[in-house]
Amino acid sequence: MACSFALFAVSAHAADKVKIGFVSTLSGPSSALGVDIRDGFLLGVKLNGGKLGGLPAEVLVSDDQFKPDVAKQLFEKNIKRDKVDFMTGVVFSNIMLAALPEAYDNNVIYISTNAAPSSIAGKDCNPLFFAVSWPNDAYHEAAGQYANTRNLKSVYLVAPNYQAGKDSLAGFKRTFKGQIIGENYTKLGQLDYAAELAEIRAAKPQAVYIFLPGGMGINFIKQYVGAGVGKDTALLLPAFSADQDVINAVGAPMAGLFNTAHWAPDFTNPANQKFMAEFEKEYKRVPTLYASQGYDAAQLVNAAVRDVKGKIEDRQAVRRALKMAHFDSVRGPFKFNVNQYPVQNYYVRTIGSDGKGGLINKSFSEPILKNHGDAYAQDCKMKD
Amino acid sequence: MSGVLLIEQALNGLQFGLMLFLLAAGLTLVFGVMDMINLAHGSLYMVGAFLAAWLVGLTGSFVLSVLGAVALTGMFGMALEAGLLRTLYARDHLSQVLATFALILILNDGVKMVFGTDLPLSAPAALAGPVELFPGFQYPAYRLLILGVGLALAVALYLLVQKTRMGALVRAGASNRPMATAMGVNIRALFTLVFGIGAALCAVAGALLGPLLAVQVGMGENILILAFVVIVIGGIGSIRGALVGSILVGCIDTLGRTGLQQVFREFLPPQWASAAGPAIASVAVYVFMAAVLAFRPQGLFPARS
Repeated sequence: MACSFALFAVSAHAADKVKIGFVSTLSGPSSALGVDIRDGFLLGVKLNGGKLGGLPAEVLVSDDQFKPDVAKQLFEKNIKRDKVDFMTGVVFSNIMLAALPEAYDNNVIYISTNAAPSSIAGKDCNPLFFAVSWPNDAYHEAAGQYANTRNLKSVYLVAPNYQAGKDSLAGFKRTFKGQIIGENYTKLGQLDYAAELAEIRAAKPQAVYIFLPGGMGINFIKQYVGAGVGKDTALLLPAFSADQDVINAVGAPMAGLFNTAHWAPDFTNPANQKFMAEFEKEYKRVPTLYASQGYDAAQLVNAAVRDVKGKIEDRQAVRRALKMAHFDSVRGPFKFNVNQYPVQNYYVRTIGSDGKGGLINKSFSEPILKNHGDAYAQDCKMKD
Repeated sequence: MSGVLLIEQALNGLQFGLMLFLLAAGLTLVFGVMDMINLAHGSLYMVGAFLAAWLVGLTGSFVLSVLGAVALTGMFGMALEAGLLRTLYARDHLSQVLATFALILILNDGVKMVFGTDLPLSAPAALAGPVELFPGFQYPAYRLLILGVGLALAVALYLLVQKTRMGALVRAGASNRPMATAMGVNIRALFTLVFGIGAALCAVAGALLGPLLAVQVGMGENILILAFVVIVIGGIGSIRGALVGSILVGCIDTLGRTGLQQVFREFLPPQWASAAGPAIASVAVYVFMAAVLAFRPQGLFPARS
């Protein structure tokens, strides 16, 4: 093990290709997210002529089946047997955290296309970890800020009873200045919210904010509309509960809902216009924010490999190049914090007609949070 | 807790309980009459939901699709009984558990191959919103429909089992199978029919809950556990026990999920209340089952008393 490692570390001439291990959730009920990240990433590579930073790119795609142990095995296979230069792709925090040590122990850089948990943003930050998405708390901090600008005085919160659920509501409370008149922690994976909706109706909040990823959010929104709670109460959402996959599943009731995100399909920067046009041409559907993150990950790697002139064995140089983030993100301004989490703008989006009979997210022109980092970066003592 | 909230939660509990009853009724008859543990009962619920979603795509009519799904699932259940499960009656419970667990996996993957991992299914547009039951009290129209159908089926099933000749045969089979056979009852045909009815009831629950929850592979497993809790509480083989058990479980679950957090908030610091409430709510149903088992090990309304 030590020997093979030493063998690798010596040469620093330009490699003949760049190998990327892409592990994501590509089957099961949560697969839509992983599929979009993959499609976004592969589109990014394709538009570069199959190359990243001038080197032919080989992307090894595999499915973690929504299981942390499977992801760990796939990481090990990609890193030890396939000898990849970068790992990327995972959707869910718990799965990524289980597999990351494989990359850390073997000096392989991980580019996160989605998960960016608070637990590795502070004192446990790692030089090999780069998040090209958004810190887990950020959407909720933006939503709390948006509730302030709407002058909402009372908000009711709902989240599943697990760590990410509690973190997200903590993020909302960090920025929200009004009163939290109720908090409900539901069972993870719960699909029927009749009892919670009755509580909300009785509590009469001005707004409800939910952190219910995937199918949980889809069901909550459908039942929220069915119960008629929305007549007196505004529903605020984090963007992943109001993205194109959720719009397609819930349909018309999504119109007019507000949500917060770092990206929207209607951004007019040239990088995003190209991304939207090419994605719809390639896959015949509107991309989700997950797809935008996958696409940006490919652009980030492309820029770094280009800047080190293909000498990807020199991990330190590659890290420094990645940290510069010399690429045009589809989200607009983007830079890395000291903990290698993004510093970027967050926007309020509202769901309206796309002019073709469907619905799509439209962003407010002014960001709700500008150049926003995260609350943990000051605890990260990363050298270089 | 105000009166209106209490009524709404009671309706929610009743609605959830009645849907559980549709599953538990079939399960308890199969378990009680045939002494057969059928873990794949939840898969029939899934099959019913997928068939309904598929038929909506073909016919465009929700009512027709639900009826079609119920009929098809009933037939599928009977075919399953005649073709496979019948051979398991003579085996011990371990073999039945293993075989029907395998059936869950096969049906999950079979459905995935035929329909994909999930299908969209929406409530009819006319029932998508709320209705005002009395001034100041709104309730989702679709949940009222579920309540109505559940109540009607519960009454119909009760009459079928208690008042008809077929029901008498089923009850005879449940309390003493060898004697019923000796009296000339065609137990084989009866079992197939009972299994078909159980499967059809699963399909009703699956098709009606599909629009509220989600039509996806694996949807049957979670609800199956609660259905087993119901029949253990109610007494195995007893329709009356299944009905009472379902409504108790439905109400305890609904009130536990929301009421407990409020009660804890009265006398605990908020961070403890928000930690203890959900933790206890998630096990409330099982605590209740343990209590019933401690005082009435045979269940509340045992079939063989």
